[in-house]
Amino acid sequence: MSARMDLSRFQATGTETCFHGRHIEPQIYAGLDGSNWRLKDYEARGGYKALRKMLAQGEQDGKPLGMTPEQVIAEVKASGLRGRGGAGFPTGLKWSFMPRQFPGVKYLVCNSDEGEPGTCKDRDLLMFNPHIVIEGMAIAAYAMGVNIAYNYIHGEIFEVYERFEEALDEARAAGYLGDALLGSKFNFQLHASHGYGAYICGEETALLESLEGKKGQPRFKPPFPASYGLYGRPTTVNNTETFAAVPWIIVNGGPAYLDIGKPNNGGTKIFSVVGDVRKPGNYEVPLGTPFTKLLELAGGVPEGRTLKAVIPGGSSAPVLPAAVMNELTMDYDSIAKAGSMLGSGAVIVMDDSRSMVHSLLRLSYFYMHESCGQCTPCREGTGWLYRMVARIVNGQGRLADIDMLNSVSDNIQGRTICALGDAAAMPVLAMIKHFREEFVALIERKAPPVHAGSIGPSASVHPEKDSALAGVPHPTVSPVGEPRAASIPS
Amino acid sequence: MNAAVPVKAMLSEDAARRFEREIAKYPPEAKASAVIACLAILQAEHGFVSAESEKIVAEVLGMPPIAVHEVTTFYNMFNQVPVGRVKLNVCTNLPCQLRGGQHALEHLCRSLHIEEGGTTADGAFTVQKAECLGACADAPVLLVNDLQMVSFMSDERLDDLIGTLRGVAA
Repeated sequence: MSARMDLSRFQATGTETCFHGRHIEPQIYAGLDGSNWRLKDYEARGGYKALRKMLAQGEQDGKPLGMTPEQVIAEVKASGLRGRGGAGFPTGLKWSFMPRQFPGVKYLVCNSDEGEPGTCKDRDLLMFNPHIVIEGMAIAAYAMGVNIAYNYIHGEIFEVYERFEEALDEARAAGYLGDALLGSKFNFQLHASHGYGAYICGEETALLESLEGKKGQPRFKPPFPASYGLYGRPTTVNNTETFAAVPWIIVNGGPAYLDIGKPNNGGTKIFSVVGDVRKPGNYEVPLGTPFTKLLELAGGVPEGRTLKAVIPGGSSAPVLPAAVMNELTMDYDSIAKAGSMLGSGAVIVMDDSRSMVHSLLRLSYFYMHESCGQCTPCREGTGWLYRMVARIVNGQGRLADIDMLNSVSDNIQGRTICALGDAAAMPVLAMIKHFREEFVALIERKAPPVHAGSIGPSASVHPEKDSALAGVPHPTVSPVGEPRAASIPS
Repeated sequence: MNAAVPVKAMLSEDAARRFEREIAKYPPEAKASAVIACLAILQAEHGFVSAESEKIVAEVLGMPPIAVHEVTTFYNMFNQVPVGRVKLNVCTNLPCQLRGGQHALEHLCRSLHIEEGGTTADGAFTVQKAECLGACADAPVLLVNDLQMVSFMSDERLDDLIGTLRGVAA
C-alpha cells in the first residue's frame, strides 16, 4: 500500500508553473530550474549571504560588524514588506510586537499550509528553493530572540514536506542550523511539520492548535500569538513567501526593496494566475504591476473568449468584474480600494463562458465543508448559503433568496472567531453585487445570461433537464462551465 | 489489543523509527504535536486509521485515545474506514473546476465504474473528490495515496495513470 510508485511522468516538474522565464525582476524564483534546489546551488546564487552579514563577528573601522536585532527589524520595516499569506500586515511591525526580552521559550512558525483555492506559489517555492525559507526564518528568529521554529506544511503536498526535511538536513550539516550559528551566540533549531487536510489550519491560531496535536479550531483573540502562541508561549507566524523575501532585504537594504514595488507595497509578489488563462502558473512580479500585464504573462484568456471576472486574492476575496480589474495594479492598496483584497496572490480568472452562480455554488460548498464548526453563524450559515445557492442553480430559487443570501452573509460576517465566516460571506455578497442579473435569470428560469445549455457535463444541474430536478434539492458538486480539454500549457 | 504485548512492539520497525523522528522535533512534554504525523505513518502502512492504530498512537504519545480520535475525524485526509489499495483524490474546487477538475473526477468514476467516494469491486481503487490540494495551476490534479501529486490530467493521461496503477494495485 505505502510503497512508492514511479509516477514521475505524471508529475509536475515546475517547467510550466515556475521556470517559464516570464517573471519580472524575480528575487525568490530567480535562477531556478528544478535541479538547483540544494544548498550548494543556493549558496552559488548568493544564498546564506544575508545570514552571514547579519551574524558577522568582530569590528571594522571601530564599528561592530553584523547587525543587531533592532537593526534587522528596522530594515524590514523600511522595506514595506507586508505579509504574503493573505492579510498583508506589515511584517516589520508584526516582528516588533514580539516581547524580545521575554525570558522563556518563544517560537517562530512558518505557515506553509497553502490551501486557499487558487494559490500554489509556496509549493513551488518550497520545492525548488527551500533554503531561502530556512535563511529567512533564521533571520526572523534572530530579530525576535527566538531559538526554535516550525514550518507547518500543507499535508497534501507531502513530497514538498520531504523536500524541506532534506533541505533542513543539509542546513544542519553545514552549520546554518544548530548552536552558535556561524560562530555567533545565536542558536536556532528549525523543524518541519505537516497538516493532513484541513483548510482552517491556514488560520494562524488554528495552525497553532494543530501543531499542538489538536483539532484545528481557531482561538479567540486576544490574546494574540505574540503573547500567547504555541504551547502558550510568545509566537510569531508568517507566511512562507514572507520569510523568503527577507534575505534579499538584508543583503540589499529595506529602501531598495521598497523601490521595487510602490509606496507601502514593497518588493515583488508571487501571483498564482489560474483558471481561464492559456498559461496558468506562478508569476513573480513587482507589486504595482498592472493587472493587464500579469494577465498577458499568463497568456491571456483562451482564444475567442473575453475576460468576465477575476477573483484577485484567493477564493475568499470578493470577485471583481473585468472592467474594474483591467484598471487596477496588482498591489494591496489598489485592490483594496476597488473593494476586494490581494489576499494570498491567487488570481482566479474567469472568461465570458462562466456562470457566476455556478462558480459561487462550488465556493459555497467549500466553505460549508471546511467550516470547523466552532461558531454557530459560520457552521449553520455556510450550509444555509450553500443550500440557497444550490436551489437557485436547480431552478427552485425565489427572488427573495437573493436578499436572504445577503442577509445571511451579513449575519455571518464579523460574528465569528476567525475569518472563515467572512471568507464564506464575501464571495456571496460580491457575486450578487456585480452579477445579480445571473441570479435573477436562473430564478426566473429564463435562459441563463451566459453560456446557456452548456453549463457542464453533469445532468443533475443541466438547465435543459431541470424539470427532472424537482426531487433533487442540492447537487453535491456542480460544474462551473464547459470543461476544457486538459493540456500542458506551452 | 493484546495487553501482554507492549504497544511499541506492535509498530513495525520502520514505523517505530519514523515515530521517533517526528516525536524528537517537539518538547518532551508536547509529544502530542506528533499526532498527525504518527497517524499518517500508520495510515500509509495499513491503508486506514483503525481504532487499534489510534490506541497505539495514544499510548506512544501519552494522549487520551479520544483526543487522538478527534484528530482522525477532523482532518480530511485520514481514512476512517478501509479504502482501495490506491486512493485517488481529485481536486474539484473552483480554480481546478475551471480547468476540468470535475470532468477528470467524472472520467475516473466512469472508467472505473464507481460512484464518487466509491471503491472498485476488486478493492483496487477508491476515487474521492478533494478540496484545494494547493496545485491549482496544474489542474486537473489528483493525489495518489495521500503522497504523490499528479498534474495536468487529461483524459488520456488519466487512462494511462489507471493502467500504470492497475499493475501496482492488482
